[in-house]
Amino acid sequence: MHEQIAANKRKTVLLIILAVVFTGLIGWLIGFLFFKGGTIGLVFAVGLALALSLGSYFFGDKIVLTSTGARKVTREQEPRLHNVVEGLAIAAGVPKPEVYVVPEAAPNAFATGRDPDHSSIAVTQGLLQMMDRVELEGVIGHEMSHVLDRDILIGTVVATVVGAAILLSEIFTRTWFWGGGGRRSNNSGGGDAGILSLVLFAVGIFLLILAPLAGQLIKLSVSRNREYLADAQGVLLTRYPPGLISALEKISGAPHAMRAANNATAHLWLEQPSRVPGDDTSTLERLFSTHPPIQDRIKRLQEM
Amino acid sequence: MGVAGWVVIAVVALLVLWTIWAFNRLVKYRNRADEGWAQIDVQLRRRYDLIPNLVKTVEGYAAHERETFEEVTAARSRAESAQGVAGQAHAENAVSTGLRQLLAVAENYPDLKANANFLALQEELTGTESKIAYARQYYNDQVRLLNTAIQSFPSSVLANMFHFSPREFFDIEDAVRAPVQVDFEGQ
Repeated sequence: MHEQIAANKRKTVLLIILAVVFTGLIGWLIGFLFFKGGTIGLVFAVGLALALSLGSYFFGDKIVLTSTGARKVTREQEPRLHNVVEGLAIAAGVPKPEVYVVPEAAPNAFATGRDPDHSSIAVTQGLLQMMDRVELEGVIGHEMSHVLDRDILIGTVVATVVGAAILLSEIFTRTWFWGGGGRRSNNSGGGDAGILSLVLFAVGIFLLILAPLAGQLIKLSVSRNREYLADAQGVLLTRYPPGLISALEKISGAPHAMRAANNATAHLWLEQPSRVPGDDTSTLERLFSTHPPIQDRIKRLQEM
Repeated sequence: MGVAGWVVIAVVALLVLWTIWAFNRLVKYRNRADEGWAQIDVQLRRRYDLIPNLVKTVEGYAAHERETFEEVTAARSRAESAQGVAGQAHAENAVSTGLRQLLAVAENYPDLKANANFLALQEELTGTESKIAYARQYYNDQVRLLNTAIQSFPSSVLANMFHFSPREFFDIEDAVRAPVQVDFEGQ
C-alpha cells in the first residue's frame, strides 16, 4: 500500500512534467505562429503550462465535478449517504470527504481531489436508489481506498490534462473547418487568412494525434490492478465482502449509459461508463478500456 | 582514523537513526490510538444524545412499553459515567441491547414506522451505530500496532525507556452486522 502511494506520487510528478512540456510546446507554437515568436511566444508557453499544471492540481477536482454535473448535497438532503461516507472516513482514519450526487440513472460512483484532506466522493442518483446500506458501504469503501492511496490525485490530473487536450483539439479543428477552411473556398483572396487556417489545421492535427497518446497515458497510469486493489482495500475497511459483491452484481445488471461519460473522466468511475446511444460518440473511446471486467472483480472478492 | 574508527562511527550513526525512526513510530501509533479513542467518544456521545429523542418519539405511540424505555434510559446513564476501556465497553453493550429492544417495540406500531421524525432518528441511530463500529475497528487496529511495537524486541527497549504503555482493546459486540470471518493477512 505504501509502495502504491509512493508510485502514485512519482507518476503524478512525471505526468505533470509531461503536461507542462506539452502545453509549453503548444504555447510556444501559438506565440511563434501568431506573434512571430520572441518574448510573447515564451510568455504564452510559460503561461499555458503554468495554468494547466497549477489548474489541474488545485482545481482539478472542481473541474471534474462540474464536468460530470455533480451537485453537492447536504446532510439533510442525503442523511444515509452522509452517514456512510463519514463512517468509512472514520474507518480509514481520514477527514470526511465532501459528498456529491450526479443526476444520472446508471449506478456509478467516483472519488476526486488531491489528498485525503481535500477530497470529494460523488455517487449517481441511480446508485442511491438501487443500493441498500451495506451495498452503499461497499461502494464507498472502494472509493475511500482511492482517497487513501492518492489514486484520486493522479486520476484527477489525468482527467484534467486529457480533457484539456481533447478540448484544444476540438477548438482547433472546428475553428479551421468553420472559420478558415470553409470560407476559403468562397474567398479567392486567401493571403493571411489562408496561412492562418493552415496553421490552425496543423495544430489541430497535432493535437488529434496527441489525444490518443493521452489515452494511452491513462491506460498506463490507471492500471486495472488499481481497481482490484481498491476493491480489496475497500473490503478491508468495511470487513464485509458480500456488500461490495452484491453492489457490483447490481451494477453489472443495470444499464451503464451516462450522459456525463467522456474519455477524460472514464477512468475515475467505479465502473466504466458508456455513452447514451445516439449521443455524440467518439472513435477514441473504443481504443481503450480503463476497467477490468466486473465479473473478474466479483470473482476475486469471492475468493477473499 | 583507521577502518575500525569508521566502523564504530557507522554503527553509532545507524543506531541513532534507528532510535529516531522507532521512537517516531511509537509516537505515531500512540497518537493514532488516542485519535481513535476520541472518535469513539464522539460517536458514543452522539448516541447518548439520540436516545432521549428516540424514547420520546416512541412513547407517543407506545406509552405502555414503559419498562423498555426505563431500561434503555438507565443503561444510557450508566454508560455515560462508565470508567476505563473495559467498563465503557461493558456499559455500551447494555445500551446496544436496550436500543435493539426499543426498535423491536417500534416494529409493532405501523403508524410509528411511518412517522418522518422516527425514520430520521432511525437513520441517525443506524448511522451512529456503524460509526461506532468503524471507530472501534480503527482504534483496535491502531492499538494492535502500538502494542506489537511496544512488546516486540528491539523497540520494546525504547518503549520501556520512554514509558510507552500498551492500550486496552475496545471490545463490544457488533450490533450492526453479523461478523464475517475474512483472512486479510495474506495480502
